[in-house]
Amino acid sequence: MSFPWAEHYTPKHPAMQWIDEKLPLPRLVYNAIGAGYPVPRNLNYFWNFGVLAGLALVIQIVTGVIMAMHYGANTLVAFGTVEQTMRDVNAGWLMRYAHANGASFFFIVVYLHIFRGLFYGSYKAPREMVWLLGLVIFLLMMATAFMGYVLPWGQMSYWGAKVITGLFGAIPVVGEPIQTWLLGGFAPGNASLNRFFSLHFLLPFVIAGVIILHIWALHIPGSSNPTGVEVKGPQDTVPFHPYYTAKDGFGVGVFLILFSILLFFAPNYLGHPDNYIEANPLSTPAHIVPEWYFWPFYAILRAFTVDFFFVPAKLLGVLAMFSAILMLFFLPWLDTSPVRSGNYRPTFRKFFWILIIDVLILGYCGGAPAEEPYVMISQIAGAYYFAHFLIILPLISRFERPLPLPGSITESVLNRHNIKGEQDALPGMGADPQPSNAG
Amino acid sequence: MVRIGAFLVGLFFAGWLLISFLVGAVAYVSEPPAKTVEHEFHKHPKEVDFSFNGPLGKFDQAQLQRGFQVYKEVCSACHSLKFVAFRDLQGIGYNEAEVKAIAKQWAIKTPDVDPKTGEMSTREPVPADYFPKPFANNVAAAAANNNAIPPDLSLMTKARHDGSAYVYSLITGYQKQPAELLKHFPDAKTPEGLHYNPYFANLNLAMAPPLTADGQVTYGDGTKASVDQMAKDVAAFLTWTAEPKLENRRRAGLATIVFLLIATALAYMSYQNIWADKKKAA
Repeated sequence: MSFPWAEHYTPKHPAMQWIDEKLPLPRLVYNAIGAGYPVPRNLNYFWNFGVLAGLALVIQIVTGVIMAMHYGANTLVAFGTVEQTMRDVNAGWLMRYAHANGASFFFIVVYLHIFRGLFYGSYKAPREMVWLLGLVIFLLMMATAFMGYVLPWGQMSYWGAKVITGLFGAIPVVGEPIQTWLLGGFAPGNASLNRFFSLHFLLPFVIAGVIILHIWALHIPGSSNPTGVEVKGPQDTVPFHPYYTAKDGFGVGVFLILFSILLFFAPNYLGHPDNYIEANPLSTPAHIVPEWYFWPFYAILRAFTVDFFFVPAKLLGVLAMFSAILMLFFLPWLDTSPVRSGNYRPTFRKFFWILIIDVLILGYCGGAPAEEPYVMISQIAGAYYFAHFLIILPLISRFERPLPLPGSITESVLNRHNIKGEQDALPGMGADPQPSNAG
Repeated sequence: MVRIGAFLVGLFFAGWLLISFLVGAVAYVSEPPAKTVEHEFHKHPKEVDFSFNGPLGKFDQAQLQRGFQVYKEVCSACHSLKFVAFRDLQGIGYNEAEVKAIAKQWAIKTPDVDPKTGEMSTREPVPADYFPKPFANNVAAAAANNNAIPPDLSLMTKARHDGSAYVYSLITGYQKQPAELLKHFPDAKTPEGLHYNPYFANLNLAMAPPLTADGQVTYGDGTKASVDQMAKDVAAFLTWTAEPKLENRRRAGLATIVFLLIATALAYMSYQNIWADKKKAA
């Protein structure tokens, strides 16, 4: 581990000693999530969501593997086998609802995790790789969720697949061959369903692999914290275990309570009723909408209504929708402010909250039918979304005057607890007391 | 370099969206979108007081049995119930012998291969069979129903917004087309062979009013079979067919949440306990 003050693993039990010599797995666990990982002592509850996202993935894999045992990936029977799982398989309804709502909760915690990263500048040096790998996970999740939604072969499954693969059809010249190649036919059919099932089963394990890289990359610099001030010594940290395992235990409890409320008492609340109608290629639903976690991006897709000279509006929408996510890969180099935490960035903070409201508005419009005034609202909101990341953020980081940072994590904790002593170290800290190679 | 590129991309996307907005806004003001007849006259389902409403509601078994009787005597002539098996009826309070009798006496027979000749034929359903479909296939169903295929009802209450109330509202919602509607939308006159119903998404549906007279079904338990009562009962029955595990789910949920509340309280106390020295001595 890169912290000079990280604890080294000394196995106490002879059996552990024996294992550790042959395979240093105990050492790895100890240094990754055990007492050998020093973590800033001032993390707030927003730092719980990484662990919760990991838990959500485990729930998805466990329920998903069980569901796959009862699923038939064939357009003739897929819808019926899902229904049979709900009715005749022991606790099948529980697996099915846990999987469907688990996907929503996975996205909820991941969105909060990203929100945390955006506010506290977690993407900045030296943690760029953590951010980039996180975005890869996010993209993989979106692909997995999309393909998973097709599997029950309901009306929204079918028409969602048709619309989303149709996006590729907007690419000039090669678009339609690509769409046909992706679907294995001219419209979603048995070939599409089979490959989506195969990939839907595969991708979660790819996600698990990238999560390992994500955590590995995190352990090089160590966790960030709400002040954004780097760890300066052992007094700034506590061992991950038992301090953060205990805090995460509480977080997991709260997560499971909220998850259970939805799962047991409103399992279809976030779903679309049309997906309880078997797929019918001859009957188009009145409004085709994806699952809620795609709504902001769906709104951006539909916001482009005017052709740009020879570029059709549909292609612009597709490019914009993909750009809306891909541009986040450049975020560490767009936000050049050396101050990480939004707590010390008064201007950034205002625009940050505008962005959050903006994304919520986009989400609302993405779930609404493609009618006015929703399209006009998403045009304004979409314009702000792009302007925020690509124009406003680089400008803020250039002109903003950040508030004074605390000298160290310990100091900020002491200050918060209002304890006398060491007070003289508090005032007079410059705007940029920490060396940073951001930018 | 990255920032210059980003600035240009941002300017393009944001700028073009604003231009699209202006184009859209001009069109919206100069030519406001015409109101559609569905938008003006479609109604949301009525409020209905079902025993299973609310997070802890339960099915009323007598009502489910009455609803089943309505399905059997009225709906099943046209609508299939393909995800429900006769054996499932034990879930609404029939015993094994009763289920056997219901299956045996079912008006529609189960298609099967004749064990002697190998020809396609039919036989009496047994409890393990799913409810046989009233029509051999969709073509036959459409031919017999003015080109509209009666949908399967197994999942109907989950396949519509507020489904239980929707089924009740639809069945009791047939009416004469309002004069107001024809005044504003003269082209929207209900076509020949369809029936006006404001609870149906596009207002005109092929199904004729299925429950037309009080006493159309004679209930065994003495409940007065008003149209309203029958509609409510069959909506309840179809809620059960769509979600037969509803009560198990709610029971399991209650136990799970009680357990989790205790576990989470303990986790919170251990969190506080472990951090006590760090927070105090800081």
